[in-house]
Amino acid sequence: MILYLMCFFLFLVGVYGAITKRDLIKIILAIGIMGYSVNLFLVLLAYRTGALVPILKKGLDIPASMMVDPLPQAIVLTSIVIELGITALMAALAIRIYQKYDTFDITKIRRLQG
Amino acid sequence: MQNNFPNEGMSVIVKTITRFTVWLIFLYGLYIVIHGHLSPGGGFAGGVIVALSYVHLTLAYGKNFVLERVDKFAMNSLEAIAAILIVLTGIVGLYITGYFFANFMGVGKLYTLLSAGYIPMLNIFICVKVGMGLYLVFYYLASFKPKEG
Amino acid sequence: MILSQFIFVPLLAAFLIVLFARKKENFAAAIALAACAWILIVSFIAFFKLPSHGGMILNNTSGWKIPYTICLILDNLSSFMLIVVNLVAFLSAFYAIQYINHFTGKWNFFALFMLMLTGMNGVILTGDFFNLYVFMEISLFSAYALVAFGTESEELEAAFKYATMGAITSTMILFGIGILYSYTSTLTMADVGLQLRSGGTPKMIFLVYGLFIAGFGLKTALVPFHAWLPDAHPSAPAPISAMLSGVLIKTLGVYALVRIFFNVFGAPTVVLQILMLLGTLSIVIGGFLSIVQWDFKRLLGFSSVSQIGYVVIGFALGTPLGILGGILHLFYHAIFKSLLFLDSGAVEYATDTRDLRQLGGLSKELKVTSATNMVGTLSISGIPPFNGFFSKLIIIIACISAGRIVIGIIAALVSIVTLAYFLKVQKHAFYGKKGSAKVLEKVPFAMKTAMIILAALCLISSAIMIPSIRKNYLNPIVETVMGRTSYIDKVEPYLDNGSVK
Repeated sequence: MILYLMCFFLFLVGVYGAITKRDLIKIILAIGIMGYSVNLFLVLLAYRTGALVPILKKGLDIPASMMVDPLPQAIVLTSIVIELGITALMAALAIRIYQKYDTFDITKIRRLQG
Repeated sequence: MQNNFPNEGMSVIVKTITRFTVWLIFLYGLYIVIHGHLSPGGGFAGGVIVALSYVHLTLAYGKNFVLERVDKFAMNSLEAIAAILIVLTGIVGLYITGYFFANFMGVGKLYTLLSAGYIPMLNIFICVKVGMGLYLVFYYLASFKPKEG
Repeated sequence: MILSQFIFVPLLAAFLIVLFARKKENFAAAIALAACAWILIVSFIAFFKLPSHGGMILNNTSGWKIPYTICLILDNLSSFMLIVVNLVAFLSAFYAIQYINHFTGKWNFFALFMLMLTGMNGVILTGDFFNLYVFMEISLFSAYALVAFGTESEELEAAFKYATMGAITSTMILFGIGILYSYTSTLTMADVGLQLRSGGTPKMIFLVYGLFIAGFGLKTALVPFHAWLPDAHPSAPAPISAMLSGVLIKTLGVYALVRIFFNVFGAPTVVLQILMLLGTLSIVIGGFLSIVQWDFKRLLGFSSVSQIGYVVIGFALGTPLGILGGILHLFYHAIFKSLLFLDSGAVEYATDTRDLRQLGGLSKELKVTSATNMVGTLSISGIPPFNGFFSKLIIIIACISAGRIVIGIIAALVSIVTLAYFLKVQKHAFYGKKGSAKVLEKVPFAMKTAMIILAALCLISSAIMIPSIRKNYLNPIVETVMGRTSYIDKVEPYLDNGSVK
């Protein structure tokens, strides 16, 4: 349970960073931290004490009840891909914003109001 | 291999080592893809490693060296073709068995290289898609200039 | 067989556009339009075939049985949503053929458009929590890129804002899904609902409620989470604004909220009350903020916040009449808000500005735009023969008959505010004295046609209110939402509940 709470704490660290930081790159990193915390949480869900890898192998007959849960691992893989895409897109947007405004500071990037 | 851009990229030491390691990384990626249905890994992981071999080359030699050898347009097209093939695999499954993405090929014998139906095939498509896609993302991000024009 | 078409046709179209249309840009529009037309026809076929299948078509992908695979589920609610989404998508794509000439990279636009459509159709059809997340990300991802499509300073800024908020809340949704998975060991929606129903309510579920309300509430742009919408929707090209405001916030937001909270969690009272509060706040704040806007599209963005509040309170009432109102307003708002956004796009195309202070007296030069905009204005403010009147009337009656008289009165009053700010648009853009902006270009044929069709739909769609049509086609949808866990009961026979093989 402590581990899960730590995951949630890491998630809150990410939220804090995304909300309070003023630098575009730091915001992207904070969102990355949020994603990692969720991935960590999902991988921890799959863990089972004393269980082995969920792979069929010649000469290694693991019963299904003695395998760790493979589904969250597949989910984590997918969510990593999605995060990769989001991070790349946001980095590209940040670079384009830098080209236009000459700064990464969000307090100076304020064309839009209301 | 003749290098038309000798002043780009990193030092001679890095370039020399890269000449040896880049093939190993590329081959390791292919191994992961081909054995994807038997051991950990698969199309995605292998594709990332294949993309990393290109990234490795780009970092060591500079991006013009790589772009002289691989066409960006071809990479884009290859990525789109791989994506179309993945979707078509799903459609073929739909029309043979009635389920989208159903495994329509024989499953074969467990633990052999040619088994698991369409999974090795899909792994290869996914490898191309992920490898090309990831390298293009890297390339486009690397080719931004801080100032426009 | 029929269900996976909604996903693979636009997906295939997107990659075909990337492959073939980079050199020949007219191909892009042709492929996109063909794909849109195909799935529009298929969604009508699905809608009319559904009753003969007993109200639900379930398709397991990859030949396994749920919960070991992802399933696509078509029921009354989702087939209705498919028609709304694909109708607006087709007309927006048709409009975009000529509108997009103002931009470079036509093929990029249509490829992203098709990916967004894939994501939305997927969200509507899927019966699996994680799959919902993946499709949601696909459509949001294309939406971020499309908002930044013009690559001007404001557009990039709006896209970054949208992407930041979207990414934070998507992570929240994934966290909620993880918690649900830890409790039920399954991701199939119906199975999750089944286990929660039989296993009592764990305390953990309230955390999930919170995460999902924040996550999907942001996609819906309910008031504390609305800050991105008035920036992002006006920044996108006009057909995309129409898609975003017309259907994206409803698919990813309202539909997902309804599907998850009504059909999986069985409409818990606490959630309904929170949604009621947020909906009322949206109506009032969105309405009053619209009045002070001078940017045509920004005004429409705030108006979307206000109107989506009506949809949400309709559903949050939880009575059959309220849900009927919510569904109708969802459909009607998709039509008239896309029409208004397309109009604003036509004005921008013709005069190169959307500042209401510079416009004025356009009704003589842009006849079609001005006439269709008038129809949209009358619809959205609820003037009788047009469709907006019926949905708003039903929502207000439902509020009063459910005992929420204050909310009913607020909804009625804000309706007058709506009329006020749209009359402001009429006065400053189309009538009144001539502004400084000149008409530089004529509005081309495809744009006019799309606007005229939507304006006609504003009138024709009122015909749904004819009792026999309502009884046959709308009541089953209301029953799907009202039946709460009847969704679970319908899926249960397909579940393979054997032990792990």
